Amino acid sequence: MGNTVKQDTLVGLFVAIGIGSLFFMAMQISNFSGFSDEKSYTISAAFENSGGLKVKSPVVVGGVRVGRVIAITLDQKKFQSVVKMKIEAQYNQLPEDTTASIFTAGLLGEQYVSLEPGGMDDLLSDNSMIEITQSALVLEEIIGQFLFKDKDADSAKKE
Amino acid sequence: MIELLRQLGEKTRHSFAKLGRGSFFLMQIIMGTMDVLRRPALLSKQLYSIGVLSFFLISISGLFVGMVLGLQGYYILSNFGADEALGVMVATSLVRELGPVVGALLFAGRAGSALTAEIGLMKATEQLSGMEMMAIDPIKRIMTPRFLAGIISLPLLTALFSSVGVLGGHLVGVEMLGVDEGSYWAQMHAGLDVYDDILNGVIKSVVFGFVILWIALFEGYDAIPTSEGVSRATTRTVVNSAFAILGLDFILTALMFGDI
Repeated sequence: MGNTVKQDTLVGLFVAIGIGSLFFMAMQISNFSGFSDEKSYTISAAFENSGGLKVKSPVVVGGVRVGRVIAITLDQKKFQSVVKMKIEAQYNQLPEDTTASIFTAGLLGEQYVSLEPGGMDDLLSDNSMIEITQSALVLEEIIGQFLFKDKDADSAKKE
Repeated sequence: MIELLRQLGEKTRHSFAKLGRGSFFLMQIIMGTMDVLRRPALLSKQLYSIGVLSFFLISISGLFVGMVLGLQGYYILSNFGADEALGVMVATSLVRELGPVVGALLFAGRAGSALTAEIGLMKATEQLSGMEMMAIDPIKRIMTPRFLAGIISLPLLTALFSSVGVLGGHLVGVEMLGVDEGSYWAQMHAGLDVYDDILNGVIKSVVFGFVILWIALFEGYDAIPTSEGVSRATTRTVVNSAFAILGLDFILTALMFGDI
């Protein structure tokens, strides 16, 4: 009989450690942030060019992550990319004239949406649209502008 | 020439017949699930011999795999000055691939072969027919508890493998090589997702557990009841499990991570 009890204890210990490591993986290794799905609101912003932005890219205000990109779609009328973002409900004090820009973390890092709050009293609510946006910087465009600018300068010199 | 064709046809027919017997066997095992859940003592005994006895093998292997990942990852990443990304590299490779696959390979070698040998010997010594004589269904009494215990054990063992591996990477990377502890954990947090990475890893290990147990139990049940037959069946279990794990891993990875 004692043998069975010892065996059951060991099995219990094994299952407990196994479930413990599942929890460890969920909590410590990954970005599991509780059941935050319900407590959030969605805003969207239209960009001329969303560059390398991806679904799940972070949305930050002043360096603090407040949400994630949940969808990137193309507006067929204006040919703009519409970026939907899910913002955590605790960050509900963003003014209506907040501007959204797409930046890159470091030279080769991932792209993210940065929100810069404006000064209006009205606040952004669920499903509202950010009007003022700044597109992602595309390296080729910058290089192109740089080259053409140089050419113009050269031809001006010759004249 | 005709003889060659005849042999080829016979081989094909035999392998299809085996697959058919195996599928029927699997169906019978699954139908016995309810009866086993009513007698948890049977399950507990098998959890002990399948899960608890594999515990040390899995955790020690996980520790060493994590430590090697830490060393090799540091060596490569420091070339690019990106050794802060060591944590996310170690954790991603462990949770997505190495944990489920290496864990399952070790499990097939440790528990799968033992199960085949055990059941093959039961068959050789006519214990299975003896049970049928006593009107006890050997599939419900012997196979189903082992099957369920294996499917429960492997995901837990895989989680243990990955967790210990991450700690092993921490031991080498942070304690020995001096990677910043904060960035080791923070980059890991930022880089891994609960559903995309961890849940998919768990799904992989459940699938592997299912396949390993099916192969191991069926090879034992289907073994030729001689000492040579049992030894061949044991070999086939390990070889076929390894093939099945690696092949399925490719398919599952393509399904889960193909669009990222």
